[in-house]
Amino acid sequence: MKNTVLFGALAAAGLVAGAAQADTLGDVTDRGTLNCGVSTGLVGFAAPDANGVWQGFDVGVCRAVAAAVLGDPNAVNFVPTTGQTRFTALASGEVDMLARNTTWTFSRDTDLSFEFVGVNYYDGQGFMVPRDLGVSSAKELDGATVCIQTGTTTELNLADFFRVNNIEYTAVPIETNAEAQQQYLAGACDVYTTDASGLAATRATFEAPGDHVLLPEIVSKEPLGPLVRHGDNEWGDVVRWTLNALISAEELGVTSANVSELAGAAGDNPEVNRLLGTEGELGSYIGLDADWAARAIAAGGNYGELFEDNIGENTPIGLARGLNAQWTDGGLLYSPPFR
Amino acid sequence: MTTMTDPPSGGFRLSQLIYDSRYRSLTIQTVAMVLIMVLAFMLVSNIQTNLQAAGKDFDFGFLDRPAGYRIDPALIEYDIVNSTHARAALVGIVNTLVVAFLGCILATVIGVFAGVLRLSKNWLISRLMSVYVEGFRNVPLLLWIVAIYAVVTEGLSPPRAFKTGDAEMWFNESVALTNRYLTIPAPVLENGSTILLAIIAICFVLVVFFRKFARKKQEATGEILPVFWISLAIMVIPALLAYFVLGRPVSLDYPELGGFNFSGGIQIGAPMMALTLALALYTGAFIAEIVRAGILAVSKGQSEAAFALGLRPGRTMNLVILPQALRVIIPPMISQFLNLTKNSSLALAVGYNDVRATLGGTTINLTGKELEGTILLGLFYLALSLLISGVFNVYNNRVKLKER
Repeated sequence: MKNTVLFGALAAAGLVAGAAQADTLGDVTDRGTLNCGVSTGLVGFAAPDANGVWQGFDVGVCRAVAAAVLGDPNAVNFVPTTGQTRFTALASGEVDMLARNTTWTFSRDTDLSFEFVGVNYYDGQGFMVPRDLGVSSAKELDGATVCIQTGTTTELNLADFFRVNNIEYTAVPIETNAEAQQQYLAGACDVYTTDASGLAATRATFEAPGDHVLLPEIVSKEPLGPLVRHGDNEWGDVVRWTLNALISAEELGVTSANVSELAGAAGDNPEVNRLLGTEGELGSYIGLDADWAARAIAAGGNYGELFEDNIGENTPIGLARGLNAQWTDGGLLYSPPFR
Repeated sequence: MTTMTDPPSGGFRLSQLIYDSRYRSLTIQTVAMVLIMVLAFMLVSNIQTNLQAAGKDFDFGFLDRPAGYRIDPALIEYDIVNSTHARAALVGIVNTLVVAFLGCILATVIGVFAGVLRLSKNWLISRLMSVYVEGFRNVPLLLWIVAIYAVVTEGLSPPRAFKTGDAEMWFNESVALTNRYLTIPAPVLENGSTILLAIIAICFVLVVFFRKFARKKQEATGEILPVFWISLAIMVIPALLAYFVLGRPVSLDYPELGGFNFSGGIQIGAPMMALTLALALYTGAFIAEIVRAGILAVSKGQSEAAFALGLRPGRTMNLVILPQALRVIIPPMISQFLNLTKNSSLALAVGYNDVRATLGGTTINLTGKELEGTILLGLFYLALSLLISGVFNVYNNRVKLKER
């Protein structure tokens, strides 16, 4: 009897652990679709539109990888994950990659056995409060009730920030951004804290965005990026260089509009030629064909286009490039060379 | 003339394992055992392979690492800097136990009332109880938890409404019901309160003795004492007298509105209220049906006999029907209590930090120890359920029909 219970528990846990195979690239190709873990709904980053089609900045990364590997940007199966379920989903093989506003940290990279392939958004944790509270600094939040998504770095940063500043707070743990928004608007918490980009995206969906202010303090570094399982370096390379291709494309002036023309024949710029496969055979090094990067760029445009279309200043979310500008424009985006 | 047939001589043949009823059950058991062991081996080796492939090990060392995340409410000491994941799990366990305990008590009260009232001859009351029972029994618990929580957070005012005067405190500025918590005055024990507590304890013992005495007297003489009123008097009057004689040793700490929230007093969080209430109402509906079935299971002749002896309906219920009904009621009640306890793990839906949310949620998320965390969580619920059913089985043995 005792054994039965133990085996039952092991069986349940075994299902969670699932089958983690080392050849993700082969699996994706055989399957014909890419399983991409995204958030449960954060407008601008990953959310289904009115027609039920997933749209957003993180979604764009998934589509680019699908286009590079499978040749079809729509061959993606989007798996919504919460802050708590995302790592289990990736570790168990339920998804092939996560593009879900996930912060690159030491323990996630090492102890949790994941592989961050780069940074697609340099962010920091901020605070949002209703304007009529009259709060102008996060340090005035002594005694406040804070809504916070569980299983996130923000949960830990918050504890650090309030401890360092010697002020007290009460935490309301929340599973998804949508729930947090509802709790915050109902006044069940005074403050909502998450990555500043997430706050801007959330505020953009409010009826009266002007009634809410983002406090000036940015209390942490939150480099958000796509990640894959540790130990499958071939697949990690594919996702890493797809992201780098998008970033390089912006730097080199390759856009979704001119990519097919540039990929048609070798041009004057050797790096563009290598990127688009008209010169050399970089694609074969990562197990793909020569046009992989051209397809990835054609899927949703280069990094800058993805940014402007989904979260840029002309969208309701209205984020400036800031740290996320190319290094040539004083930002931090810096793709290693295609050589 | 008779022919003697010899028992089949010759040795043991393999086919006997299947066709000979003496060996067949042994064969089946052996095969089943082997199958189970193969399955178990496959599971364990599958887990080992996958853990290895994922670069993970199987150890419980993560429990000793500092947790670093905040838990509200923490009813035992929990320090965000130094407390370990084990401590965080313990905080969650205490929170689970609190909700399970309060929920079971509340569910029993609600269930017994609803069950008895559903048998009422009053048409309106019995129909109202039917609506309650069917409404709660037939809608998933998670929906009720979320619905009740939504009513609390959307329907009530946030604390800042109390500042602007949009909402008012009750009972002479001492109680406030906000959409975050219910805050009530907290008792503060001052000098002399130990004496007061001692007096209350002595009164309690006196009440127990008095009830024994009243029972003996009734059995000996048939005279019935007004037990309830006398017990109440013994409990209340000396305590009140002592309270004033000792110079009011217990004062109240009233909640006060600070910058964002009320401070002082006791705060009962909205998630906990919503969760406990939803669990109690949901399980109460099932208990109501169990109670009704138990009462209906007592033959009508019993109540008729009691009426014939001149017992009033209330006494008939308390002295004749319920004691017999309890024998039918207790066993299924135990499984309802187990259900309620396990259902409390839905707490995450309303952001209540039970053990599923701390050990099974944030800790797993931070440490990546899904297997270990899930096993521990399962073992905890298993142990708790066995404990509850053990305790109630002891009680059941006391009330069940004694056959001599």
